Amino acid sequence: MKKLLSIVAVSVFALSANAGTLDDVKNRGFLKCGVTTGLAGFAAPDDSGNWTGLDVDMCRAVAAAVFGDSSKVEFTTTTGKSRFPTLASGEIDMLARNTTWTLSRDVNLGFEFVGVNFYDGQGFMVPTSLGVSSATELDGATVCIQTGTTTELNLADFFRANNIGYEALPIETNDEARENLFAGRCDVFTTDASGLSSTRAQSDNPNKWVVLPEIISKEPLGPLVRHGDHQWGDVVRWSLNTMIIAEEFGLTQANVDDNMNSNIPEVLRILGVEGGYGEMLELSNDFAYNIIKQIGNYSESYERNVGPDTPLAIGRGLNALWTDGGILYAPPFR
Amino acid sequence: MRSNFNFFSDQKFRSLFYQVLVVGLFALGIYYLTITTAYNLEKRNIATGWSFLNNPAGFDISFSPFLDFKSTDTHLKVYYVGVLNTLLVSFTGCIAATFLGFIVGIIRLSNNWLLSRTAYVYVEFCRNVPLILQIILWYSILLLMPRIKQAIELVNGFFITNRGLYSPRPIYESGFSIVFFVFIVGIIASIWISKWAKKRQERTGQRYPVLWTSLGLIILLPLIIFFLLGSPMTFEYPVLKGFNFKGGMVIRPEFIAMFLALSIYTGAFISETVRSGILSVTKGQREASAALGLKPTWIMRLIIIPQALRVIIPPLTSQYLNLTKNSSLGIAVGYADLVHGFGGISLNQTGQAIECMVITMATYLCISLIISFFMNIYNRSIQFKEK
Ligand SMILES: N[C@@H](CCC(=O)N[C@@H](CS)C(=O)NCC(=O)O)C(=O)O
Repeated sequence: MKKLLSIVAVSVFALSANAGTLDDVKNRGFLKCGVTTGLAGFAAPDDSGNWTGLDVDMCRAVAAAVFGDSSKVEFTTTTGKSRFPTLASGEIDMLARNTTWTLSRDVNLGFEFVGVNFYDGQGFMVPTSLGVSSATELDGATVCIQTGTTTELNLADFFRANNIGYEALPIETNDEARENLFAGRCDVFTTDASGLSSTRAQSDNPNKWVVLPEIISKEPLGPLVRHGDHQWGDVVRWSLNTMIIAEEFGLTQANVDDNMNSNIPEVLRILGVEGGYGEMLELSNDFAYNIIKQIGNYSESYERNVGPDTPLAIGRGLNALWTDGGILYAPPFR
Repeated sequence: MRSNFNFFSDQKFRSLFYQVLVVGLFALGIYYLTITTAYNLEKRNIATGWSFLNNPAGFDISFSPFLDFKSTDTHLKVYYVGVLNTLLVSFTGCIAATFLGFIVGIIRLSNNWLLSRTAYVYVEFCRNVPLILQIILWYSILLLMPRIKQAIELVNGFFITNRGLYSPRPIYESGFSIVFFVFIVGIIASIWISKWAKKRQERTGQRYPVLWTSLGLIILLPLIIFFLLGSPMTFEYPVLKGFNFKGGMVIRPEFIAMFLALSIYTGAFISETVRSGILSVTKGQREASAALGLKPTWIMRLIIIPQALRVIIPPLTSQYLNLTKNSSLGIAVGYADLVHGFGGISLNQTGQAIECMVITMATYLCISLIISFFMNIYNRSIQFKEK
């Protein structure tokens, strides 16, 4: 019996003692990244079936850092509900899915947010024809929300604080919520303002919809990993930081090669010409070069996916660099 | 001579040995799973425990016809709301599916070619299209109903919209309790009369118009009392105010879609059960009763159905269980059942996945066992009793 117990104990240990995520990813040969089921601008397949979007770029940047090849990613779609179990169970290595950094997710769910790749806030969208101009006029309205989100909690708080009633219609995915809204099953759709812009852009006539002025919450959206694997957390964190720092130094996909003998020391450190910063992360020293070359800096990714020239048309706002009036800021590369 | 006795050649011992072995392995497996899970949860810094049940939910559930739910209520209350909503759609669904199943099962055996073919097409279609698609199909159709501002008024106070069917809500005034009391007495009296009538018929062969007396006692008498008391009931009519109708009663499209899909889908299976039950009654029985000069409807009611029921009830029980478990697809259309609310939103907001899933699964198990228990009692009561 004793022997049996020790066999059990050993195999339990073997089951759970998994190697570091970075080694797993390297051995596997590709990164497994969790994204939305489809939210144009953040993560959605384009016409030819390639995943594109701001969150997708985040995944690709990590692949570029680890493999020097941004295409080595397998995307897993997750709903607001399934995203956390999917990450916790190890089915994916990281999650980049419009996910708000909150205390309970960071601590109680056992995750680690490595940074913020989009500063957002929750807003409301209604049909223009309703003639509503403020969220406080929404007494008695039916509201479509996505389940398992911070959205539904903020919503309850907002209506409670303003002492007005509403009827919630909890829905699983953004697509279903959009159909319900367009069909008139609900009067209002509420989610992160970026998600509203994305939803609005998918309507046949975006002018039929207005986003109300109230922003009722802080939604810092960022990539996250399992808590405890700090080496892996560092890799994802510095992939994100690299994109922001690259924007600060004006390094772009187009000019990065010309900067290999720049006279700015930090640029040389970023590009792996000087110092062994990649090695500290157990990556190659040109990991940052690969990110910039293959994905571009934060601004390039932003303009390509959600910026003013895209259907979403979201200005930089808070997401501008700290030097341009925003709050985007990354620690130094040294 | 050395005894050749081997424990394993003893059948009693052998069977005992294997049973102990199986139970032991099973227990070991459970033990193994539990400690692995606990270990892994700890390693991943995932908090465990049941205290979250008493924390405020923080979100609202609008579909809660039985309990009043606010976002400050606890996750435990989310659970109650979920259980009630699951029971609501399962219970109404089972009743509708049974009616539908019996009617269609009988129609399929009818001599009318058109009727039996139509029933056949219904059964084959509904049995072979995945339930979740049927739920979504019904919901999509319901979303095509008029928008709230274009609501169609059927008759006074009844509205069709894609946010549900609205109707006036009865408001009982003092004196209505008397009507209700008479109604209950009517039901009890009817049961008693039908028992008495049956006995009398067995004794004397005389029949008594039980149906008419019952209807009179249960419906007519309370109605007369109702009007004598000066109609102690008024109606609150739904009126469009702002974004939605205020007042009245409403049945939501999420519920209707679940109810229709579940009962129509399961009804198709039940009709097959009913058909095979009826076919299991030998032809001789039918011919013999016809020879005795019984009317066809009587043959069905007095000869065929009672015997067919013995064959029908066991599979019918498992259809009820299926329907109940299938009601967990509510999330497809946002119906706030147990899996959607407690097993979904609470689970996600608290991160207590294992706890929520264990509770949810245990609840389905309990509901299923209760259904089986009552169906088994019923089954035993209709079995052929040897005198
Ligand atoms: N930031 C919120 C909401 C996240 C969320 O679900 N956002 C929506 C719209 S902004 C989304 O990504 N939907 C895509 C999908 O349904 O897969 C959270 O982390 O809870």
